Amino acid sequence: MAKVTSLNVNGKKLAVDVDSTVSLLAVLRNDLDLTGSKYGCGEGQCGACTILLDGVATRSCITQVGRAAGKQITTIEGLDRDGKLHPLQEAFIKADAMQCAYCTSGMIMSASALLSKNPKPNREEIVTGMNGNICRCGTYQRIVDAIQIASGQATKEVTR
Amino acid sequence: MIEEQSLLDEIESERYELFESPNYNFHFARRDFIKAFGLGIVFIVPAARAPAQQRGQGESGRGGNERLPNDIDAWIHINEDGGVNVFTGKVEVGQNTRTTLSQSVADELHVPIDSVHLVMGDTDLTPFDMGTFGSRSTPTMAPQLRKAAAAAREMLIAMAAEQLQVEPKALRIVDARFLNHDKSKTLTLAEVAKGRKLVKVIPDDIAITQPKDWTIAGTPAAKIDAKNYVTGKHRYTSDIKREGMLYGKVVRPATFNATLVSVDAKAAEAMPGVKVVTDGTFIGVVAPDQQAATKAANAIAIDWKSPGQPTNAELFDLLRKPATGQKGGRGEGGGGGSRPQGSITDGLAAADKKLEQTYTVAYIAHAPLEPRAAVAEWNGDKLTVWTGSQRPFGVKSELVEAFHIPEDKVRVIVPDTGSGYGGKHTGECAVEAARLAKAAGKPVKLVWTREEEFTWAYFRPAGVIDIRSGVKNDGTITAWEFHNYNSGASGIQIKYDIPNNDIRFHPSNSPLRQGSYRGLAATANHFARESHIDELAHAVNMDPLEFRLKNIKDDRLRDVLQAAAKSFGWGKAKPERGHGFGIACGFEKGGYIASCAEIAIEPPSDKEEKTNKRVRVIRVVEAFECGAVVNPLHLRNQIEGAITMAIGGALFESIQFENGKILNPHFASYRVPRFNDSPQIEALLVDRKDIPSAGAGETPIVGLAPAVANAIFNATGVRLRALPLVGKGLTVS
Repeated sequence: MAKVTSLNVNGKKLAVDVDSTVSLLAVLRNDLDLTGSKYGCGEGQCGACTILLDGVATRSCITQVGRAAGKQITTIEGLDRDGKLHPLQEAFIKADAMQCAYCTSGMIMSASALLSKNPKPNREEIVTGMNGNICRCGTYQRIVDAIQIASGQATKEVTR
Repeated sequence: MIEEQSLLDEIESERYELFESPNYNFHFARRDFIKAFGLGIVFIVPAARAPAQQRGQGESGRGGNERLPNDIDAWIHINEDGGVNVFTGKVEVGQNTRTTLSQSVADELHVPIDSVHLVMGDTDLTPFDMGTFGSRSTPTMAPQLRKAAAAAREMLIAMAAEQLQVEPKALRIVDARFLNHDKSKTLTLAEVAKGRKLVKVIPDDIAITQPKDWTIAGTPAAKIDAKNYVTGKHRYTSDIKREGMLYGKVVRPATFNATLVSVDAKAAEAMPGVKVVTDGTFIGVVAPDQQAATKAANAIAIDWKSPGQPTNAELFDLLRKPATGQKGGRGEGGGGGSRPQGSITDGLAAADKKLEQTYTVAYIAHAPLEPRAAVAEWNGDKLTVWTGSQRPFGVKSELVEAFHIPEDKVRVIVPDTGSGYGGKHTGECAVEAARLAKAAGKPVKLVWTREEEFTWAYFRPAGVIDIRSGVKNDGTITAWEFHNYNSGASGIQIKYDIPNNDIRFHPSNSPLRQGSYRGLAATANHFARESHIDELAHAVNMDPLEFRLKNIKDDRLRDVLQAAAKSFGWGKAKPERGHGFGIACGFEKGGYIASCAEIAIEPPSDKEEKTNKRVRVIRVVEAFECGAVVNPLHLRNQIEGAITMAIGGALFESIQFENGKILNPHFASYRVPRFNDSPQIEALLVDRKDIPSAGAGETPIVGLAPAVANAIFNATGVRLRALPLVGKGLTVS
């Protein structure tokens, strides 16, 4: 079985030794101890495991690690810079866009991919873009608010 | 308030949520605390309900009795750095109780909120707690912690006064500093705690700050550790890694109630690093990594014998049969039904219109996004388990029982958890992980798959509700007979003033494993009641709001109804074509709620059958009154979340089962609300600073389903009486 021996994660080249068919999520969490990406369903249905692969939002639970080799992998741990939070991270706090927060990493990663394609999405575009991510606590409207805040669109609507 | 309290006590006896206290009672000794915490000052909070003579009142802490009260709710440790560590058996599952309890302590102790650190749900470090359920943290734990903090504040002022050689009354505490009137003499909390070795029992009669004087509580303090979540740093149970840890996997029976005929694990055992564990009906594997564990589990050939079991189609007939055997509960009327009042016969005789209807609710799944998980580690004969649970001490008891080991050899630690909604009261995953770890001789992590969580956890009870009623043409309800089969007694009481009523709960033998759920049966009972009330209003051609107000005297319920209706614009405008308005109200666990919903009938999405229509909830206004608001930000968030979660159970969530199997154990087949199901929500907070705070994690869920059912009727003239209302979409006739 083909092996994967290194991965580019959050700007660093990291050594691994895994079969190429193992899920990227398992490698990130178990081999690299990057546990910010979560297991929610293992079937690509909930989005808790979302990471960026060359900037594209990807469900790491149904992505074989072999497909990620040689690409730039960005996880939630790679968003803040020198201790300074990413605007989306700030905005999620500001909008109180979480409860148990188990979905939060995946939400922020999906949102970051959305904003890189569409820097000023309206609420409808956010709903469409984020619909693959489940927040069982039901903080959807706050997450929409957070994405609008992060994209510089804070309006009165956001003040709850 | 006395009446309120007795009602609350009654509601607490919901059968699916009641758990007995353990029959042991540890003795705490002062030296144990000093050993555990080191220097500083520990304040012991005797349990709210412990008899007075047990509370050790009047003990000074210096030269006091060695023995401390048996029943303790919490303790607070002021360490040498002036940090305030609060120890409570409650857990954080997304309801933000870590933040709101911290606010209460900071408020009372006059320290900044960030100097308060809560240690929660650790059976070695925190006092016994029944569990985090029933919306009890805010009404019971918060006042207890406030008492402790208030007593601590006064005792600390006395100590500071002694150090500064002033009268205690000359000092006050502001932002963790003791000051005299002209600030010429000051001391920090750290300077008072330094070098101390004190354990003090707080007096019981201490006064706590009233809501009108709160400064930190009552404000929208942000989630206390939000930064840890947005950066992915927080370690949930499933993120914990221990030295030498292996990965576990349990092999599940082919169906519920299956018996084991034979096992062939040779192929699995031959895999490198794999160990197979069989113990009675338990079959599991451990392996160096998750993939190997799954592969090994799949390689075990097992022959199961399964009995024939019921399907969805038979469910409601089954539930009408009375419970038999041990599963049966407490018999007719048990667990919260009320004594009948007046006579149903007389009430119906006095009515101009009579109505008899049946309502049903399906089993639904909690589907917490973090499935059950546990990491178990044995050190010699001591077992430590990290697990996401709402009942750390309940899980501990399960482990004690499963492994026949003494209480002091088990520690359960609950990291802040990826939600529960009443679905994580049990410790099956902890027991499984511990069994595997015992066999492996190494720490083992076990994380249930989504399919396991959907299948082997428990469900919100399904139920059948029959209502018979009578109403006069002037809108006065004269008779109310209500029978709930299986779903439960929570929220079964009426706030309508009906002279003749008979309200009963009938336990059944549930074909599926069932248990607690956010709001429990209050959702089913409110759905049936508030749908039926709507039907009565239409029967006498009255506006549903006007009809409710005519039959409700309770001012708190009237207030929320009027607040929601006003903000929604009830009666002001007619819904546009294809839209409908609905209203519902209720009371549960000390909270009063009114919900107004606007729905739209739309073309089917890919989730509805092509010939059906989609019902979308587009706007909800919900007014909620739960006494004094502790944190308006998180309260709004809870209300919004409860409404969103309620949309699933109202419109489309339903567990499908056949012959001991769950047919839809995946998010692809069990639909939960997503972004595009989420309406515009306006949460109206009715802040009653004159009323003690009630919990708020549950009750905001109960009003949505009936408001939506009533709105569908308003839009279409079709009365739907089964939850979910439109599982496959709205059938168009």
